[in-house]
Amino acid sequence: MAKLDSKVPEGNIAEKWTNHKFNMKLVNPANKRKYDIIVVGTGLAGASAAASLGELGYNVKAFTFHDSARRAHSISAQGGINASKNYQNDGDSTYRLFYDTVKGGDFRAREANVHRLAEVSGNIIDQCVAQGVPFARDYGGLLDNRSFGGAQVSRTFYARGQTGQQLLLGAVSALNRQVDKGSVKLYLRREMLDVVIIDGAAKGIVVRNLITGEIEKYSAHAVVLATGGYSNVFFLSTNAMNCNATAIWRAHKRGAYFANPCFTQIHPTCLPLHGESQSKLTLMSESLRNDGRVWVSKKKADMRNPADIPEDERDYYLERKYPSFGNLAPRDISSRAAKEVCDEGRGVKGGDAVYLDFKDAINRLGQKVIEERYGNLFEIYETITGENPYKSPMMIYPAPHYTMGGLWVDYNLMSNVPGLFVLGEANFSDHGANRLGASALMQGLADGYFVIPYTMGNYLAGDKPTLVKTDHPEFEKVAKEVKDLTNKLLSIKGKRTVDDLHKQLGRIMWDNVGMGRNEAGLKKTIEQIRQVKEEFWKNVTIPGSGADVNQTLERAGRLVDYFELGELMALDALDRKESCGGHFREEYQFEDGEAKRDDENYSYVAAWEFAGENKWNLHKEELKYEYVKQAIRSYK
Amino acid sequence: MEAKKLNLTLNIWRQKNSKSVGSFAEYKVQVSPDASFLEMLDELNNTLELKGEEAVHFESDCREGICGTCGLVINGHAHGPLPKIATCQLHMRNFKDGETIWVEPFRAKAFPVIKDLMVDRSGFDKILQAGGYVSINTGGVPDGNAIPIKKEISSLAMDAAACIGCGACVASCKNASAMLFVSAKVSQYALLPQGQPERYRRVERMVKVMDDLGFGSCTNTYACEAECPKGISVTNIARMNRDFMMAKIKSKEVEV
Repeated sequence: MAKLDSKVPEGNIAEKWTNHKFNMKLVNPANKRKYDIIVVGTGLAGASAAASLGELGYNVKAFTFHDSARRAHSISAQGGINASKNYQNDGDSTYRLFYDTVKGGDFRAREANVHRLAEVSGNIIDQCVAQGVPFARDYGGLLDNRSFGGAQVSRTFYARGQTGQQLLLGAVSALNRQVDKGSVKLYLRREMLDVVIIDGAAKGIVVRNLITGEIEKYSAHAVVLATGGYSNVFFLSTNAMNCNATAIWRAHKRGAYFANPCFTQIHPTCLPLHGESQSKLTLMSESLRNDGRVWVSKKKADMRNPADIPEDERDYYLERKYPSFGNLAPRDISSRAAKEVCDEGRGVKGGDAVYLDFKDAINRLGQKVIEERYGNLFEIYETITGENPYKSPMMIYPAPHYTMGGLWVDYNLMSNVPGLFVLGEANFSDHGANRLGASALMQGLADGYFVIPYTMGNYLAGDKPTLVKTDHPEFEKVAKEVKDLTNKLLSIKGKRTVDDLHKQLGRIMWDNVGMGRNEAGLKKTIEQIRQVKEEFWKNVTIPGSGADVNQTLERAGRLVDYFELGELMALDALDRKESCGGHFREEYQFEDGEAKRDDENYSYVAAWEFAGENKWNLHKEELKYEYVKQAIRSYK
Repeated sequence: MEAKKLNLTLNIWRQKNSKSVGSFAEYKVQVSPDASFLEMLDELNNTLELKGEEAVHFESDCREGICGTCGLVINGHAHGPLPKIATCQLHMRNFKDGETIWVEPFRAKAFPVIKDLMVDRSGFDKILQAGGYVSINTGGVPDGNAIPIKKEISSLAMDAAACIGCGACVASCKNASAMLFVSAKVSQYALLPQGQPERYRRVERMVKVMDDLGFGSCTNTYACEAECPKGISVTNIARMNRDFMMAKIKSKEVEV
């Protein structure tokens, strides 16, 4: 079995990437057209990768299950993108962004990757501006910044509350340009259902054409997965309805290691549940915490309306507990603090919600300024809840939002399977146990624009230009397995719906692998997941056929993978006997309730190898901190 | 905490595939006023699936009004009766108990129905692929602050760039014109300094593809602006028309 080699280059951290870029092999321009690359996913990471690789001259085949590349879920990111430009003259630097991200990740990220991310952060902004992304500007015509959680400098660039949309439209415009030139061929409405590995290397994929139901085979010299995260394992999350783990999970089952699956981020500012029919949770950008103050009543089950609760009977608990970061404490900490006060019975009217109040900001700055900063977010809130947040405080509660875990990759963003690269949220590399706000967009674009164009060349330079044909027996075998799975699903004809079973799994995951985890709960969870999975295989109903558009079948296929992934998340959480970042084991905390990390025993990446149903082998990549001293992460 | 449920009659367009003839089917549902319109359809689908019937196919993704995937014509209005929201943001509290609701796909010659309420809007991407970009490669670009842009101009460009590509403008236009969609992208680049080098070539190419795909022409009824979930202004159409005229004079690639 392949040894876990992170392939981090030698030398001083500030020079690793520069030296590595020089040392990597190149493919000469005339030879690039002899290589085919498959990119799955057209979000920030996938679109930027496909565009950049196309520009270099490779033949790129880009796949998305959407009807358009622009629909990828990156589009929903609201708040902004970090970059250490230091345009504000407030002491930012590459090293500070690196330091903040390593600390924010609770010392469970790979230092060298994070430093590279900080190094290229400024290039991303330049790239996006040149593409015509309309970032917010000041009256002097230069770019504006705002602050985000976990940082004491203003380094977040934004385009109103629609930064993800604008960055994705920028990346997709670059992709469209390559489609126009013929260097990228775009395959829409195709869902990747398996990866094909020949002689130990990734050589293609098998997809389902979501319109015709046909199972199609595509070959290439390398496969790039940029397929996002797996928060929808919880059923209710801020992820879009179609976000799923199938691409990375099926790759995992073909040999790619899954790293740190239990590192999930619960975002503190989402709208509370309205009832049983709820289909997803809506995020309210973290940027709101720049001006909004989070509070609950000091009394339990206080049934008064917020306006009737006097100032001295309010508990601004983030400001009280974390005076130096206040309402901008990082996400994991803010979420846990909200859970704590609600568990005490001090949530809004005794329920699961806390207030996010803009009254002071409106008094200080005027409603117009607040409108300018957050107008669209306030509108979204009013549309969904029917309440006006200019008049009464918003109600918020944490919800699953982002997954730091993902497929294991080395410094070159290649998984342990040669030729299988993983970018963006789908990999595990840069955020450790907790991601800071406005860093997901940064990572997606760093991977796609500035890392993969170099590391892909290095890999392909050692590969033969002959392309495997899709009638190769291995392609036939994998395609048959995919078809068999579809037929098996359609043949069950039971009495429970896919959504019903998914909701049941989601509740189990939220209760025991959510914000608080403990040994007994996790062990019980593994049993419960297996029971629901068994129930699914006996009793699910999927009307319609496989030879047509069938959205129920699509959802069922994704749920099959969530059962297995859910179990691995619980197993990983059970195995990691410490609290760090988004992973909070109730047994491991300080007296004041803060997370108790165990650097002596758990300073490693847990990379799981699939070893048959319900079985995994653990491989460890030790994490060494040569630059940022591992310390208790304090935001007090 | 759930409020009293609404009893509603839904008349939903069902169509097996692009070649078959569709028709309305009637369904009775009970729904919480706090649920969204699409959550109501989720619940309906759940009951249909339990009976072994195929779900009503409709598209949605972010359910936050930004991805542009969803799009239904509800009681004759693209994205429903409220202004400036996408279908996914419409909540049932805006309907009355006992009401009958008509649900149809976005209809246009250039948006063929795929199944039930799903339509094919890939024409939009074909237009964007004909020059809806700035021709720069990754790397080698100037510093972000080397290109100062007036705040007002940047803000206008952002107004245009806010388009989510849902196609409501086409669905609500009696000519099925895509002028609002195309002009929003043309305007974003026409306003910004980055878009100047290709300004006239771009508008010519995009308009040509738009026409070739069978989208209709604009006759200034402004129905598109009224139904646009993002409030994209028809002034963008005026700007595009102006640029298109200028292109005839300035471009070297004029085809008469």
